[in-house]
Amino acid sequence: METITNVHRDDEASKLGMWLFIFTEILLFGGLFIVYSIYRFNNAVAFHLAGEELNDTIGIINTVILLTSSMTVAMSLTAMQKGNIRLCLGMIAVTVLLGLVFLTNKYFEWGIKFEHGLYPGSAFLKELGHGDIMFFGLYFMMTGLHALHIIVGLTILVVVAVFIRKGRIRPDKYAFLENGGLYWHLVDLIWIFLFPLFYLIH
Amino acid sequence: MGPQTYNSFFTVHGIIMIFVIVIPGLPAVFGNFFLPIMIGARDVIFPKLNLLSWYLYVLGILTVLTSLFTFGGAPDTGWTFYAPYSFKTTTNMFPAVLGAFILGFSSILTGLNFITTIHRMRAPGMKFSNMPLFVWSIYGTGWIQLFATPIVGITLMMVIAERFLHIGFFDPALGGDPVLYQHLFWIYSHPAVYIMILPAMGVISEIIPTFARKGIFGYNAIVASTMAIAVVGYFVWAHHMFTSGMSTTAQFTFSLLTFLVAIPSAIKVFNWVATLYKGSIRIEVPLIWALGFMFLFMIGGFTGLFLGSVATDVHVHNTSFVVAHFHYIIFGGMGSAFMAAAHYWLPKMYGRMYNKFWATVGWATFFIGFNVLYFPMFILGYQGMPRRYYDYLGQFHNLNVVSTIGSWILATGLIITIVNLIRGARNGPKAGMNPWEGRTLEWTVPSPPPPENFDVIPDLTSTSTAH
Amino acid sequence: MSEGKAHITNYSTLAMVLGSLLVLTWATVSITSINLGPWSVTAALLIALLKATLVLLYFMHLKFDSKLLKISFTAVIVVFFLVILLTFFDYLFR
Repeated sequence: METITNVHRDDEASKLGMWLFIFTEILLFGGLFIVYSIYRFNNAVAFHLAGEELNDTIGIINTVILLTSSMTVAMSLTAMQKGNIRLCLGMIAVTVLLGLVFLTNKYFEWGIKFEHGLYPGSAFLKELGHGDIMFFGLYFMMTGLHALHIIVGLTILVVVAVFIRKGRIRPDKYAFLENGGLYWHLVDLIWIFLFPLFYLIH
Repeated sequence: MGPQTYNSFFTVHGIIMIFVIVIPGLPAVFGNFFLPIMIGARDVIFPKLNLLSWYLYVLGILTVLTSLFTFGGAPDTGWTFYAPYSFKTTTNMFPAVLGAFILGFSSILTGLNFITTIHRMRAPGMKFSNMPLFVWSIYGTGWIQLFATPIVGITLMMVIAERFLHIGFFDPALGGDPVLYQHLFWIYSHPAVYIMILPAMGVISEIIPTFARKGIFGYNAIVASTMAIAVVGYFVWAHHMFTSGMSTTAQFTFSLLTFLVAIPSAIKVFNWVATLYKGSIRIEVPLIWALGFMFLFMIGGFTGLFLGSVATDVHVHNTSFVVAHFHYIIFGGMGSAFMAAAHYWLPKMYGRMYNKFWATVGWATFFIGFNVLYFPMFILGYQGMPRRYYDYLGQFHNLNVVSTIGSWILATGLIITIVNLIRGARNGPKAGMNPWEGRTLEWTVPSPPPPENFDVIPDLTSTSTAH
Repeated sequence: MSEGKAHITNYSTLAMVLGSLLVLTWATVSITSINLGPWSVTAALLIALLKATLVLLYFMHLKFDSKLLKISFTAVIVVFFLVILLTFFDYLFR
């Protein structure tokens, strides 16, 4: 069927709209990845050394957390499609929980950096040299923007859960759940690239 | 007027005209109204999102205007917000940059909405291969909006971060690279020029066949050139930076790409002329504006090639030659197309006709004034008068006076035109359903169209009248 | 555009994808911990691309979505890489 009148619901269209929005999000981060690649190219050695400052373990733990949460949100969609609303809600709850744990880790990680005097504009950072300034500038900007997206994603998931409880998302009408899930996967997708670029490559 | 006031003037003029007027001008005004009708739909697919986009637009305007009246004074960096000055100046940059960011968000939502609408809501039988050309141009524009705007969004966020946190991204003292800012900025802002001009070309492609009373010449070529402009136009941004200290390799690469993007534009002009050739031409106001568009666009386009070649660009870069080129394309091109669209669709939108005599007088005054205003700037620029200077050398005096007189004529023409349009919309004689004998779908509904456009969704499976 | 019944991904498929993602995470951590010089960047990015593809195809259902989405997504990636490439035309030869 090609045409849809106003009264008719068009899930395919909402999905297309969501994907188009995801494209813009990818390119938003893309701008930062361009900046990262240029400054890494200009300051290869300093980036290499500065990367060792970051705590690999926290990075790995957060990666595992996000990957798992991405699976649980995908499972919540499967559960909804199969009509298992309890499981669906459970999976969303697990996802939200994992997201919160991720943010907590991030909070402590940033906190330690601040204690060490590593934050944008700090006197200590200025002594370290240009490469380090760029590395930590990008680190805070990119993980910060990512964390912001996590917060938005969590908010969306909470709204989704409320809608499920109210019956506004049902096994025959789950476009909002699907699109909220897509947003959450986007957050995961970005992290897949942030993780090696900041924590691993040194 | 002192130097600082002058700097604020050209900056705020740029910000408001580019982000508030020209980018949303054609798509938001005529796209929202006619895109659904032309594809045989009752509305865009996400009406609420459309409303949100409008609220963001208003919020963005208010934010930009805030920068004028609050502490620090109006911004003075030029609309390009070039780093490092944009985070060092004491003027009120933050609201201006934030406003541009919000307007960008609004623009993204509009593009998203239009693309989805075109994909999902076409009437039966309305295929991509027989869609009206205005719709095609909106489609191409939508993709540029989606692909380019996020880059400027993040760039503006980085400028804000730079101002408040002193991260150093674009600060040479901290290891940043200001040229990288220029790259990021133009990755959006060059395609933004195509966001402005593509819908204008779409309007012209509707008007010319209607008044030549024959089908458009080379429909497929125009569609292909629309998409080619959208794609190639994305990769030419660094021709704004030939004198910024880029590598020579980048200079010739971007120069080459810039010349490539001229080809599809020329194809369009060729097709418009070929459509008029041996047509049964009916001289009406929209057609006059469209012809004016072609004339001014050609001058703007050809001088664009001067700027696209590295050697001449080094000579005329940052002179009033650039100012003249840009205004020929955007004001002469997009501005004329906007007026053409207004005169073409006003009878449909309001059901009433304007006074043809005054509309013609308005156009003629505009056209003369425009050329008197901007053509001297080409000469001045070639002689070396820099732009964005509040004063000029004595040798440039005469032409500057000519230019100023031109601006008065131009303003008179615009006032006549706009007053005439408003009077027509209010008290003009009834226009009827199809005053121009147009063949696209908007002419099959009453003027003005009913709230949901169509009682019955049209079925075009058996006809071929879509374009 | 196919408007048939939506594809439902099995729980087991999703679990297997997560398993592969975790294995790949382990792989990228171990590869980058041995010093491969410039190759460690390449390796890490290749693995990241692989992981992203898995997430896109299965978690985000791109594999079962319309051609339009697949093509336009590819276009985004291609455009992004071209932009990086063209930007480096400046920085590589400066």
